[in-house]
Amino acid sequence: MKIFNYILTNFVKMIVLVILVCIVTFTLAVNSPIDPIRQYVKAGVTVTVEQREAIAEYWGLNDSKIERFQKWFDSLLHGNFGESTIFRRGVIDVIKDRAVSSLFLMINTFVLSGILGYILGLIMGRYRDSILDKTIKTICIIFTATPTFWVGILMLIIFSVELGLFPIGFSVPIGITNEDVSFYEKVYHAILPIITLTLIFIPNIALHTRSKTIEVLQSDYVLFAIARGENERSIVKNHVIKNTAIPAITILFGSFSEIFGGSVLAENVFSYPGLGSTIVQAGLGGDIPLLLGITIITAIFVFVGNFVSDLLSLFINPMVREEI
Amino acid sequence: MVFGTLISDEMMAANFKGKNQFPSLSHPFGTDWLGRDMFFRTVKGLRNSIVIGTIASLVSSVIAIIVGGLAGTMPKWVDDFVRIAIDLVMGIPHLIFIILISVFVGKGAKGIVIGVALTHWVSLARVIRNEVLQVRNEQYVLISRRFGKNNWYIFKNHMVPIVLPQYIIGLVLMFPHAILHEASVTFLGFGLSPETAAIGIILSESMKYLISGMWHLAVFPGLSLVILVLLINKLGENLTLILNPYLTRE
Amino acid sequence: MKKPLLEVKNLSVSFKMNADKKTNNNLVINDLSIKAYPGEILTIVGSSGSGKSILAQAILGLLPNNAIVEGQIFYDGMLIDENLLSNLRGNEIAFIPQSISYLDPLVKVGKQVRNYSDKIETIKKQREIFKDYDLCENAEKLYPFQLSGGMARRVLISTAVMENPKIIIADEPTPGLDMESAKKTMDYFKNFAAEAKAVILITHDIELAINYSDKLAIFYAGHIVELTNANYFKKGAKYLRHPYTKALYESLPSNGFKPIEGLQPETSSNKGCAFKDRCKYKQEICDERVNVYEYDDEMVKCNYDFRG
Repeated sequence: MKIFNYILTNFVKMIVLVILVCIVTFTLAVNSPIDPIRQYVKAGVTVTVEQREAIAEYWGLNDSKIERFQKWFDSLLHGNFGESTIFRRGVIDVIKDRAVSSLFLMINTFVLSGILGYILGLIMGRYRDSILDKTIKTICIIFTATPTFWVGILMLIIFSVELGLFPIGFSVPIGITNEDVSFYEKVYHAILPIITLTLIFIPNIALHTRSKTIEVLQSDYVLFAIARGENERSIVKNHVIKNTAIPAITILFGSFSEIFGGSVLAENVFSYPGLGSTIVQAGLGGDIPLLLGITIITAIFVFVGNFVSDLLSLFINPMVREEI
Repeated sequence: MVFGTLISDEMMAANFKGKNQFPSLSHPFGTDWLGRDMFFRTVKGLRNSIVIGTIASLVSSVIAIIVGGLAGTMPKWVDDFVRIAIDLVMGIPHLIFIILISVFVGKGAKGIVIGVALTHWVSLARVIRNEVLQVRNEQYVLISRRFGKNNWYIFKNHMVPIVLPQYIIGLVLMFPHAILHEASVTFLGFGLSPETAAIGIILSESMKYLISGMWHLAVFPGLSLVILVLLINKLGENLTLILNPYLTRE
Repeated sequence: MKKPLLEVKNLSVSFKMNADKKTNNNLVINDLSIKAYPGEILTIVGSSGSGKSILAQAILGLLPNNAIVEGQIFYDGMLIDENLLSNLRGNEIAFIPQSISYLDPLVKVGKQVRNYSDKIETIKKQREIFKDYDLCENAEKLYPFQLSGGMARRVLISTAVMENPKIIIADEPTPGLDMESAKKTMDYFKNFAAEAKAVILITHDIELAINYSDKLAIFYAGHIVELTNANYFKKGAKYLRHPYTKALYESLPSNGFKPIEGLQPETSSNKGCAFKDRCKYKQEICDERVNVYEYDDEMVKCNYDFRG
């Protein structure tokens, strides 16, 4: 029962946090010096006083801030995130389009960096202080000091320019409509961004797994296993993996925030039309509804990720598992 | 850093004679399409990043101290409030938050500094809060109170020696993150205007010339940034080792 | 004369320590020799934390990487090397550890006792052993943390029994147990001895050692300072030779509970007697060297001969 309570409490907490995010971002938006009317109408078009009034009414600019929030939040709950000023379409629609590409990018990164990072971590932990370990560790540390977008640029230089293996950017070849593009093409364009992001995230998982592996290998129960004559292969299978896999996955789920941030950069470098590059467009173009919309959706994802991560770390404890 | 500040603008003025050269002895990082020497641009850019990073980190660390200190000393509801604030800030990816802030506060250095400052206080605040709580409940502090020493005395003689090292280390470790985020956000187009030399600007502009093979426009500046961050990290590590005897045990 | 099943000859174990960039060697076991015979319980007695567990680890080859080992260990007359050791572990030589921290916290105990085997014969064997040790049928489905002190003890013993070993080394088998469980545990060891196994117990519980062992090896500061028959302890202090042994005897609750002043030295020394700073009977010669007297199965490292 304790578990159920815990899940419920945290779920409620999550909802509260999302609401808070809405409040905070809205407050920021409302108090900003950006004139939404100017943004909406774009430069070069003069607006008459009546037109200004009409737009202000439409956007609810004449209501008090609290009222505006209520209206906005209300429509939010009904799935209406407003209309994007750049794309002149519903924010939800814009997000829906881009989300698929972004999800593709992030899920692949998630899986690849998880698996590769975990394996590297195991290797480093097992062969601790060897040349192999020191080399991989150094490379990992260097990568954590490297900005994501620079890695992306390097990828471009090496693979696209010099070797001509991959396209410079975009999600699809230019000039072809979305429906005609094959799945293969989409994947092809996503490869470099995926590699870039994966390279950035492997070190995180790898280094954590490394220290967990070392901890396990020095534990009493591994010592006892050796005393009972277990060979190395069996020890790794029976003890090491069991005790290191879940922590690694926990870290992975907790990294949603960084993965999103990374995708913003990666998508930009490769002109990959996902949520990341869209939010930059929205930011640069002052498209507030779109900006807020993406932020909230992102926040929801991150909170969910953290929630899963917390659950997992609780789950590792066998005393907790027994209660289920 | 000092060196970068001393470079006069004349050195970077367009020198149309030496356009687009690859790295050579007189121009170790090559030149760009306007003939500007890349090395000096890089150094100046790094200096800008360092300045912004420092300011942002300092502001951030002040926030962290205030928040952490309050959470550790004030009644429970403050602590809960802080906890919620932390969860909130952690829920929004740093980059997105910084973008938000710079859009809403207005572009330019101000936006970046505020954005970075508002995102990075979290881990340091947690550390400080924990340390303050621990010290508060230490035997020797409780005894001090019994003797009638007031809060200021306790603060000065008990808390500061323990919290200060953590603060310094946290500050130094925060620094590289601040710089990387600043560079990233500038790269995306928020923040410093294109005329200023900033690593982010240098790198984003270099993208236009990649196709023509001018790889040196991107590789060296980026590499310098990486080395800078690594150096600061190393500094943080060494500081931790030195200041270790003064830290409380776990 | 019986042949020893396990013989340790001139074992020395030291650890390389890196503190403040200086490398020191901490000598924990100093030129130690013992023999274990089938059918006998040999108990190594010493105060807590004196390094007795290191002896067990050394025999089993479980020392950490920074350990420097000298000396030889023989199994049934054969010199033990890496190869032989990995064959012996879990087959002929079994180890019973101190606590459940030596069990994987995420695996049910039944599976661990069976060493992860799913073979039908193995499962059957495990269940029989559990029955022998009064462990209920459900016990095998429990996780280590769910075991009570007594149950944990019996599970750990089961792991050893599964392998049908010839030598059993038990490290501190009784701390935390009530008198009833402790007696039961020691009875198990007596049974092992009756089955012609060689049992080596390591403990700081002197009373238990006296009442259940055949031989006692007194461990102090890296040395075995006296090897004696347990019977002598029961006869009285004057039958004990080494001053430390005498002091241990007198520290028993039934004998006055007299404590010994001072602390054990951290590192074993090679100069003179290790006990000299706390010894009532110290002579000048004790600073320089220590005589070793050996009679039959007994031994004492002391310059003062008590029994004549």
